[in-house]
Amino acid sequence: MKWKLDKKDFKPFLQSLMVEYDLFAPVQLAEGVSVYKKIDRPDEVDLSSSNTQKPTKEVFFPQSETMFRYEKTGNQHQVTSTEEVERKRVILGARPCDIQAVLLIDQVFSGKEYTDVYYVNKRKATTIIGMACDHPLSPCFCSSMKGGPFHREGSDLLLIDLGEAYLVELLTEKGMTFQKNKFFKEALAKEINSAKEIEERATKKTDGSLPVAGIEKRLDQMMESPFWERVQEKCIGCRICTYLCPTCHCFDIVDEALTNKGQRVRNWDSCLSSLYSQETSGHNPRPTNRERTRQRIMHKFNYFPKNFDRIACVGCGRCIIYCPVNFDIRQTIKEIQNSILQNEK
Amino acid sequence: MLSSEFVVRSKHINALNTELKTLNFSRAMIQEKIREKARELLSKKAVDLIIGFGEGSLPLRATPLFIRSLEETDRLIWNSFCENNLSTYLHKLSQFKVGLVVKGCDARSIIALSHEKRFKPDQLFLIGVPCQRMVDRRRVKKAVKGEILRAHEQGDQIIVEGEDFKTILKREDFLYPSCQGCIHRTPIKADVLVGDPVEEFPLIETYHEIEEFEKKSPEERWKFFEKESSRCIRCDACREACPMCYCAECFVDSSNPKWMEKGLSPQDLEFYHIVRAYHQTGRCSGCGACERACPMEIRLTYLTQKLNWDVKELFDFETGIDAETPPPLSTYEIEDKQEFIK
Repeated sequence: MKWKLDKKDFKPFLQSLMVEYDLFAPVQLAEGVSVYKKIDRPDEVDLSSSNTQKPTKEVFFPQSETMFRYEKTGNQHQVTSTEEVERKRVILGARPCDIQAVLLIDQVFSGKEYTDVYYVNKRKATTIIGMACDHPLSPCFCSSMKGGPFHREGSDLLLIDLGEAYLVELLTEKGMTFQKNKFFKEALAKEINSAKEIEERATKKTDGSLPVAGIEKRLDQMMESPFWERVQEKCIGCRICTYLCPTCHCFDIVDEALTNKGQRVRNWDSCLSSLYSQETSGHNPRPTNRERTRQRIMHKFNYFPKNFDRIACVGCGRCIIYCPVNFDIRQTIKEIQNSILQNEK
Repeated sequence: MLSSEFVVRSKHINALNTELKTLNFSRAMIQEKIREKARELLSKKAVDLIIGFGEGSLPLRATPLFIRSLEETDRLIWNSFCENNLSTYLHKLSQFKVGLVVKGCDARSIIALSHEKRFKPDQLFLIGVPCQRMVDRRRVKKAVKGEILRAHEQGDQIIVEGEDFKTILKREDFLYPSCQGCIHRTPIKADVLVGDPVEEFPLIETYHEIEEFEKKSPEERWKFFEKESSRCIRCDACREACPMCYCAECFVDSSNPKWMEKGLSPQDLEFYHIVRAYHQTGRCSGCGACERACPMEIRLTYLTQKLNWDVKELFDFETGIDAETPPPLSTYEIEDKQEFIK
């Protein structure tokens, strides 16, 4: 059975969610600039942009997060941890590409070898209400990256915009708990059909023709290729592509300390900055943008597949759209696939 | 804004009309001349590489292009989307002879960098382009509903097309703020000019935006600044896009002494933007590259333009206009005004 949520009930629905959950959804910070934020009033929620600037990962893995605070008074030391999540959470409006990315970094933060309590606690407490992508943009290539504009994996509920209402699919156990939600009504056959049409149209728009098969193996042989020197040339070495990437997950831990108190904070970090790999001695094993650009591409298309058996890119297109110099990772992928390797000469 | 825009414009209405009529022609001619010059420089081995612009992979975009062989020169283009200040690349190319495509503002950055002895003599060959002002791609995107899939220019129009629409926009209504007020469009320093010098006039008064902003109360101004800087994600794109930001270690990255933390607290974000702007005093050409690079669309040039204006008022100095006069903050004279010390 499928459900629908009338748009006139949308705000009351959000209001009711907020009684039980902390609600996270896209909020517009300025015209055309939006991020996920904890919602205080349903009015703040803005689903008009097709994707936010900062990706959904931020809800689980904030750009700057206090891990614990400490204070010394006399001979007393007090340490306060911040790992607990007090209330259940809902993310609303996440796009399938961002949700794919969350599944991907789940493997890093709650993998076999290591569990990151800060991430995992938030992740466990969260229900994801995905928003099907009815208008994929031209820089999007989710269909080439094992996803798609209506990809359902990872969503607990999926909303499909029908104009006057949302069609609601309950996809997991967490999702099924919404079955008795008073704002959900049974969807009519014609609404289900119309959702199918929207899905077909959107899926057609992302053709999935980017040639990624075998890229990991090619990169195995390209560590010292002159390719990196050339491809990095126009990159100015900022961090936009890594910070706005839904799968990039590097961080740096620092102590923000005063004389008798302080806090340990972890902040997003980026392999494209020189400081990232600089050692205490001053030596930097990745001294130029060549090594740093190579690292960015290698991590996504070679190291991550080696460790987790899939490419660390979901094709959301953010790094293409927001790059100040129009570095286009699709072109990079094609060039890697077309390059002539040593053994092919 | 309209009234002052009108006053300035009516003075130059004839110049503007002539310019609009010749836009198409001059863009094509400039592009051809850039390619010609690039071929000549490369074939004579006068330079190791040319940095210019190539076709972007998205509508309304061009992309910096690095060219080393004759065959590639036909990839060089010129249009209203060549928005980057390419002189920012020179810092990592000190061992090469570079042919660089520069607009008026970019050439000013080069002069400012020369004062700071960033180049060896004869290291650069500047291909100067009299600039027709650049189009603000975000402004265009916001003006139409739906995704723009194709865009091109025709005379004084920008024609944008999507799946089910075609819209014709007036180019002049979609220029970058820094370009609207520009009065140095013809490169002051260039080894060759690939186009006729343009008549220098602003479409809005250069510091009009700042003047309007200054009329607000200190509280309102601070609120605006707080709101703008709060969006910062510390990606450093403004710093990296700026040709004047080349410190071996930026104050942001220094850990000893540590000037600021690495998080997103308002005081750190505000501190960063104020210090970055102050470091540009008397050095900023007002090219707007910082603002164009910002993915969060922070109005960064409010700060830098205010400082540019102050430097003009206090020292009668504009960055990169004069290759002889040293920038006021890197020199002193006994007769300098000393009011600020009192």
